[in-house]
Amino acid sequence: MMEVIVLGSGCAKCTKTAELIETVARDVGVEVSVRKETDPEAIMNYGIMSTPGVVVDGEVKHSGSMPIRAQIEAWLRPA
Amino acid sequence: MFVVFSRLADLIVYGLLGMAPHTRAAEALHFFIEDTSKILAMLVVMIYAIALIRASLNVERVRAVLSGQHRFVGYGLGAGFGAITPFCSCSSIPVFLGFTSAGIPVGVTMAFLLTSPLINEVAVLMLLGLLGWQMTLIYIGVGLAVGMLGGFFLDLIHAERLLQPFAAKAYAKRPAAQMANDVAAVRLSLAERHAFAKAELADIFRRVWKWVFIGVGIGAGLHGFVPDGWLEAHLGAGQWWSVPAAVVLGIPLYSNATGVIPVMESLLLKGLPVGTTLAFCMSTVAASLPEFILLKQAMQLKLLAILFAMLLVSFTLVGWILNLVGTF
Repeated sequence: MMEVIVLGSGCAKCTKTAELIETVARDVGVEVSVRKETDPEAIMNYGIMSTPGVVVDGEVKHSGSMPIRAQIEAWLRPA
Repeated sequence: MFVVFSRLADLIVYGLLGMAPHTRAAEALHFFIEDTSKILAMLVVMIYAIALIRASLNVERVRAVLSGQHRFVGYGLGAGFGAITPFCSCSSIPVFLGFTSAGIPVGVTMAFLLTSPLINEVAVLMLLGLLGWQMTLIYIGVGLAVGMLGGFFLDLIHAERLLQPFAAKAYAKRPAAQMANDVAAVRLSLAERHAFAKAELADIFRRVWKWVFIGVGIGAGLHGFVPDGWLEAHLGAGQWWSVPAAVVLGIPLYSNATGVIPVMESLLLKGLPVGTTLAFCMSTVAASLPEFILLKQAMQLKLLAILFAMLLVSFTLVGWILNLVGTF
């Protein structure tokens, strides 16, 4: 199971990002756990400045905007 | 070039609706239609154009430029970048921490964060369209000065001691000034710039359109229903207390520059002195409680209080100085 963390201080875009990732995961048929991280210290430690940020299995994949569907599919599908 | 919007309002108010000129309701409605159509049209064209140009500018690049700069260069650059770099206010805490953990002095970071809500492309466009270039220059000058001097002051009192412990620790570690090398300048193709500008236009427009209506609505109400000369008589430059009162009044009124500039236009037309008007507007935009509650995650209460007092004092001073200059 892949672990996805959405970084952000709880703005609308962060919530939407988390929802979109869950939807795409269902469509692609990958099992994921999506968690939202709102603690500023934790966000700082990922080195993210623009939220929402997306961390997949411990690796920062994206920051600064809502990712688009194609990006999410690329993260979730094994290479 | 803006005459067309006035004509449009003439057409609708006096032609289509057949309202009698010089009545209060007609004047208010005319103000409302002229300003909303003008602002919305201007925003669509200009946000897109500006976004095309600045597509490759982001907070990561600003951080790279600011880290390792001399403090005094930093205040200027920080305030300048604050004015032109796009970022969502929900990101201000991560940005603050990101800058701080890169060893950028708190004052330089705050110069960036203070200027950011005050000056942005939407605010500048609206000032130009509604109040003319002189007022625009004054506004930008004051905004930059508050950012730079505020930042300088915060470093003077060693504000970094008053951060939340984890942030202070991150600052003390100052990992590396070579972070500058991490962010290579990105070359964007025209298609990528277009995509960014389109997304930016949709995003900003979605966020600000209601502020335009609220702001112009209030401005139109003032314009139509507050008698000429009333403001001048009661809140004129002669009453020194009107400036701090305007600043205090601005705090609970949470707005952004988009909503407040049409109100500014109306207040100025009604004869409120420039300094008082500007102090009121900047206080509304920059000293907002929700923003301060967010900052609590990175700063101790004492620093927040200092920051707050600093803003109130500087807006009051700005108001007094401009009122003085204005009377000569």
